[in-house]
Amino acid sequence: MLLDWAYVAVFAIVGGVMAALPLGVIWLISPRSTYPQKNETYESGVPTIGQAWAQFNIRYYLFSLIFVVFDVEIIYLYPWAVVARRLGPLAFYEILVFLVILVLGLAYAWRTGALEWV
Amino acid sequence: MSWALELLRAVVGTVLIFTGVAVIAAMFGVLLERKISGWIQSRLGPKHVGPQGLLQTIADTLKLLQKENIVPRNADPLIFASAVIVVPLAALLDYVVIPFGATRGGPLIYRDLNVGVLYFAATSSLVVVGILMAGWGSNNKYALLGGLRSAAQMVSYEIPIGLALITVAMQAGSLSTVAIVAAQTTSAPHVWYIITQPISFLIFLTAATAEVNRVPFDLVEAESELVAGYFSEYTGMRFALFQLGEYGEMFAMAAMAVTLFLGGWHAPWPGRPLLHPVLWFVVKLYVLIFVFMWVRWTYPRFRIDQLLNFSWKFLIPLALVNLVVTAFFIMVLRA
Repeated sequence: MLLDWAYVAVFAIVGGVMAALPLGVIWLISPRSTYPQKNETYESGVPTIGQAWAQFNIRYYLFSLIFVVFDVEIIYLYPWAVVARRLGPLAFYEILVFLVILVLGLAYAWRTGALEWV
Repeated sequence: MSWALELLRAVVGTVLIFTGVAVIAAMFGVLLERKISGWIQSRLGPKHVGPQGLLQTIADTLKLLQKENIVPRNADPLIFASAVIVVPLAALLDYVVIPFGATRGGPLIYRDLNVGVLYFAATSSLVVVGILMAGWGSNNKYALLGGLRSAAQMVSYEIPIGLALITVAMQAGSLSTVAIVAAQTTSAPHVWYIITQPISFLIFLTAATAEVNRVPFDLVEAESELVAGYFSEYTGMRFALFQLGEYGEMFAMAAMAVTLFLGGWHAPWPGRPLLHPVLWFVVKLYVLIFVFMWVRWTYPRFRIDQLLNFSWKFLIPLALVNLVVTAFFIMVLRA
């Protein structure tokens, strides 16, 4: 069990090194020449105006917020899914209650217009 | 086994998977994409480098290796640079739990985690972190918009994927990918889950297309409005690494669909398989990859409101109903 995760850890570390390898290669062989215009932020060829780190649409944030709720609920479904067959009717009705609450949340978000993109 | 041997196995396995995915998924996949797009649009596609253009991607990679590495003055250098490693790494972490085939010694898999499906759901959504880092770190308006869109889109489509995965786990009674393949092929009914769970399969395939940011869900990159989206500012090999991440993720999604719904490395019939198990896996994988590419060159792009509505108001309710119906039948038929 712990060995499994040791394998995953090795994969992540060795994988990170392998992904960084081509970066090392280009650091060694790529040409370097610089002038002020080259390091400008790309904006379709016209001079860059201001920064990109400004205010942006709040909608993106709202969807992420709803997502967090749903994703946490889905995590709870995984352990149930594995034993659903063994536990039988009781587990089914219990998860039904759980899902009804989840759907109520979705219905509420839908009704209040949180899912609309304006 | 001693720990040194285990470590060696793990390192060799990682290196094999990385090079395999880089060569087969990214290099060969890009070529295949260009050939298929040419074929669909009545063009020839790449043709001059090597026989029938087979060496085109190798030439492209060599070219990208020689390009200068430009970091914009306004960018956040640390985030800008590390996003390049996060995206391919997150895509490749998926391959830990994918069984590529079987030999006499057992299934050919990096590590058969007992929470394989959950692990896959977790790692496949890690890509969004890299994309958001790239979008934010670039300090480019196009890139930032691409990154934010990707966050909204990928989190929206992660829920239908999760719900589809749960129905499969429920049927197999396990989260281990090897056990799920076994439940479809070696135990009693010999039915692939595409037959018992067709809706889950379609949901998975649709949401997977959105997760890997491909047309018709490619708002993240949308060449015609966002230039290249989150990787607008990346040059040379860094750009190639994003491509590796993208194609790696696409192949991982297709491989997972094969594992969960199409019986993994087994032949469609019990008994003699005719082909080697690994070949069966590759055949099924490429059928799904072809479907991904076919869709890409056939459909126009969604608008962002249509995209989010499609997930929240159609796919998620459908997946929830599908989940309840599956749970009901499993309760009734459990015997």
